[in-house]
Amino acid sequence: MSTLDLLGLSELHSGEEREISSTVRRLLDDQVRPHVMQWYEDGRVPARELAREFGKLGLLGMHLSGYGCAGASAVAYGLACLELEAADSGVRSLVSVQGSLAMYAIWRYGSAEQKQEWLPRMATGEALGCFGLTEPDHGSDPASMATRARRDGTDWILDGGKMWITNAPVAAVAVIWARGPEGIVGFAVPTDTPGFTAREVRHKLSLRASSTGEVVLDGVRVPESARLPEARGLKAPLSCLTEARAGIAWGALGAARDCLTVTIDYATSRYQFGRPVAGFQLTQAKLADMAVEWHKGYLLALHLGRRADAGILTPEQVSVGKLNNVREALAIARTCRTILGANGISGEYPVLRHANNLESVLTYEGTSEIHQLVIGQKLTGLSAFS
Amino acid sequence: MNIVVLVKQVPDSGAERELRSDDQTIDRSSANNVLNEMDEYAVEEALKLQEALGGEVTVLTMGPEQAGEAIRKALQMGPDKAVHVLDGALHGSCAVATSKVLAAALRTLNPDLVLAGAESTDGRVQVMPHMIAERLGIAALTGARKLTVDGGTLTVERQTEEGYEVVTAATPAIVSVWDTINEPRYPSLKGIMAAKKKPVQTLSLADLGISPDEVGFAGSTSTVVESTKRPPRQAGTKVTDSGDGGVQLVEFLATERFV
Repeated sequence: MSTLDLLGLSELHSGEEREISSTVRRLLDDQVRPHVMQWYEDGRVPARELAREFGKLGLLGMHLSGYGCAGASAVAYGLACLELEAADSGVRSLVSVQGSLAMYAIWRYGSAEQKQEWLPRMATGEALGCFGLTEPDHGSDPASMATRARRDGTDWILDGGKMWITNAPVAAVAVIWARGPEGIVGFAVPTDTPGFTAREVRHKLSLRASSTGEVVLDGVRVPESARLPEARGLKAPLSCLTEARAGIAWGALGAARDCLTVTIDYATSRYQFGRPVAGFQLTQAKLADMAVEWHKGYLLALHLGRRADAGILTPEQVSVGKLNNVREALAIARTCRTILGANGISGEYPVLRHANNLESVLTYEGTSEIHQLVIGQKLTGLSAFS
Repeated sequence: MNIVVLVKQVPDSGAERELRSDDQTIDRSSANNVLNEMDEYAVEEALKLQEALGGEVTVLTMGPEQAGEAIRKALQMGPDKAVHVLDGALHGSCAVATSKVLAAALRTLNPDLVLAGAESTDGRVQVMPHMIAERLGIAALTGARKLTVDGGTLTVERQTEEGYEVVTAATPAIVSVWDTINEPRYPSLKGIMAAKKKPVQTLSLADLGISPDEVGFAGSTSTVVESTKRPPRQAGTKVTDSGDGGVQLVEFLATERFV
C-alpha cells in the first residue's frame, strides 16, 4: 500500500497480505523498476531470467495449490498483480499468463501426468507457458476459431495459427485450443514439437516489455496424452480467462497508482506562474477525481477478491471489475500525462508507458465492449453476441 | 548442525529515531520497527549451512511483545522455529545484562553454532558475540565476511580495515557476520504463509532461572543518564568561482582534512 490511501484501505488487509504485497514490491524495486524502461525501449524483456526470479519468490501460479505452488489467496494474488503492474503491465502479463492461463489450464483440466510434468517446473520459472486461444481472424469470438485438431490413429494433428500470444516465443509449453471433431479441445504442446513455431510480434507500441508471439501450427503431431482430458468445450478456456481477468482488475490499479504517485510528486515540485502546479484548482480537481476513482476501483477489486476466496465469484462480477478498473486506470494514466505536460511523454516518467500498456490491457482478456455485453446480458437476459 | 541465529528488532535506521525522555531507552512507539538488517545476513548464512549440512535453524530474540514481528520476519526467510525471551523486567537492560539472558537461553538450546549480525543499527556496540562467548565458554569468531564449516571446524575470513584475517575454531562457537558475507534471500510467498504456523517458544526470566534484579535498569552495568539531540545540520559553504574557485575548493578540502 502506498501513501495513496485516503480510505484506510490497508486496514482491510491481513498482516500476511500486506507482507506478501511489500515482498513483491521489494523484488520489483530491486530487479524490475531500474531496468523496465530500457526493456520497453528495446522491445525486449529477459523473460526467462525474470521467470526464475519470480519463481523463486513463489509468484508463478501462487494462487494454485500443490505442485510447488504457494497456495495463496485470491486477494494475495491480486495484490501481487497490483505490485507487478505498478512496475509494468507487460511484466504483470508474464505472470498472469504463466499462472492464471497456462498453469491454471493444466492444473484445472490436465491429467495427473501433465500436472506432474509441467506444474512444478512452471512454478519455479524453469519452464514458461503460453495460452493459445486468440487467432488472427478470431479475437472476441473464439467460438469461430479456425485451428483444427484431427485424430490420426491415437495421435492428434493440429493445424492453424494463434496470434497475440504472450510468452509464446519464450515458452516451453503452449496450451493450445483447437476445434476437434466433438468441439473445442485443449492440448499441452511442448514448443519443440515439429511444426510448432512462435515468431516474436514486432512493432508493438504497447506492452513492449513483454514477449508476444504469433504461433503457427503446421501439422503438429501430439499424442493423446497431450490433450487436456478434463477440458470440454469453450467453457474450459473461458474459465481460464475469468481467472486472469480477476488478476487484471487488480493489476490495472497498480499502473494507475504508479501514475498517480509520480504525478502528485511532480505536481508538487513543478513550479509555473510562481507556484507548484499542484496548487492550481484545475490540477487538484484532476488529482481528486483520479484518486476517488482509484479508491473505488480498489474496493471493487477487493470485493471481487474476497468473493473469489469464498468461492462465490461469478464471471459477470469479474467483467464488472475488469471493465471498470482498466477503463479507469487508462483514464488516470492519460490525465496524469496532462499534468506532467511535455515531460509526460518522456520515458523518464512511467506515465505514457503505463497509458500505452493499458491500451492493450483494455483490449485483451475480453475487450471493454465484450465485458459490457456480458454485463448487459446479465441485466437484460438478452445475449447481444449470439 | 543445529544453528541458533540471534535477531533483534530495531527502529528503522532510515527513519527518525528518538530516545524516550523518561528513561532514555529507544522510543519504540514512534519508530518504524524492523528486523535488524545485518541479522538477515546471519539468517541467510544459517539457511545456507542448513541446506548443505542439514539440522535445524532456530531464531532467538530478547525484546518486548512487538519484537515478535522481527521473529516472524526472520522465520519467513526459512528457519524452523523461534524462541522469544519476553519479560517486563528486561526493559532497560544493558549489553552485559542482555548477554546474560541470551547466554541462558542458548544453554537451553545447546546449538553447534550461534550466528549473529556483526552489529545492530541501534546500539552498534558489537560486543554481544564476545560477551555470549565468554559466558558460554565458547569461541567467538567475529566480523566474518566468509564462513566455511568442515566437520567440527569453523573457518572464518574476519574482515578488518586492511583486509581480512583467517581464524578457525571448533564448534560450538559463535560467529558474527557482516553484510559482505552473502545476499539474503527474499522471503518466498510460501515462507510468508508458513511463518505463521512455525513454533515460537516464549521464555520468561523465571524459565531461565534469572532474577529480575540481574537485568533491566537494576542489573545493568551502564545506563544512559542524559542525551542531547544531534544539532541541526549547518548550512554548507558556498564557493563562488571568480577565477580562484579551484583554489578555494582545495583550501576547503584541506581545512576539513579531506585531502
